[in-house]
Amino acid sequence: MLLAADVPFPPSVEDFYLPSIVPWGEHDNYWFTKITALLWITVALIIIFFLVTYRKPKLVPTKKQWIAESIYGFVRNNIAVDMIGPRGVTFAPYLTTLFCFILMMNLWGIVPVVQISPNSHIAFPAVLAVISYVMFIYVGARHHGGWKYFKHALIPPAPWFILPLLIPIEFFSTFLVRPFSLAVRLFANMFAGHMLLLVFTLGGFAMLNANAWFAPFSVVSWVMTIALTFLEFLVVCLQAYVFTVLTASYVQGALADEH
Amino acid sequence: MLAEVAGSTAAIGYGLAAIGPGIGVGLVFSAYIQSTARQPESSRLTLPYVWIGFAVIEALALLGIAFGFIWAA
Repeated sequence: MLLAADVPFPPSVEDFYLPSIVPWGEHDNYWFTKITALLWITVALIIIFFLVTYRKPKLVPTKKQWIAESIYGFVRNNIAVDMIGPRGVTFAPYLTTLFCFILMMNLWGIVPVVQISPNSHIAFPAVLAVISYVMFIYVGARHHGGWKYFKHALIPPAPWFILPLLIPIEFFSTFLVRPFSLAVRLFANMFAGHMLLLVFTLGGFAMLNANAWFAPFSVVSWVMTIALTFLEFLVVCLQAYVFTVLTASYVQGALADEH
Repeated sequence: MLAEVAGSTAAIGYGLAAIGPGIGVGLVFSAYIQSTARQPESSRLTLPYVWIGFAVIEALALLGIAFGFIWAA
């Protein structure tokens, strides 16, 4: 049992660097931490879930098959086809994988006892953003042909004298800001969410320790933690959705024929 | 006599940085509610754009959080 007296109050970035799990390392060794374990568990859970639910697909779906089909159907119809158009069906499998992976990774942030999302380390969102970045450029280059794609992406239909201003802006927003903002958005949401829960949980202990007048209010702080966990649930789902929708929208932009 | 104030100015900075995105996100949803009230059948059509707009604006506030920690002094 953790002693209330030695709970450090203002949580810091250090709280995200968890110690390594025993068999694989000692102190200050980050090769195998809770984060690593959660990543593998996430991947395993998603693979097992879809394998089990799709092992014997029936015409009249069972309950599990129905859940898997509604997840895929949601991403396929409401994200891929809605954003990209009929061609979006090709991208539905990747988008579904992306959606499930981010959702599951984010959900660890609010699962009791676990309560940290691997996505609160920028490495994970950064890799996902790089995949989306490479994918939309590749798809665009394949669809239009290399030079034509960059011409199409960088030169908007505008009078010639405004182009020196527009081309750098288009380059900046399409090729620099997009991957960066994708990664930072997901990372910062999960980071801030974890921080928020830490502030209210540890704040409760801090008030308990402060003096007799503050002590009862620690209960308020912990009730706030529970309320914020529900808010986090909303943010978790929203961020998984937003990441997928934005990836779909970038692919759509790359595939668009004319402005 | 002056009271001593300790802590990071990043906290104040983040408060200021959140004003803009706050207004922006408010505008996005106000526009969505208005358009849906005027034309209820357009609500599904505009929803993806609401989330894209929201996400792009919200990124500013989140950059504020991230940079607040990076440049905290």
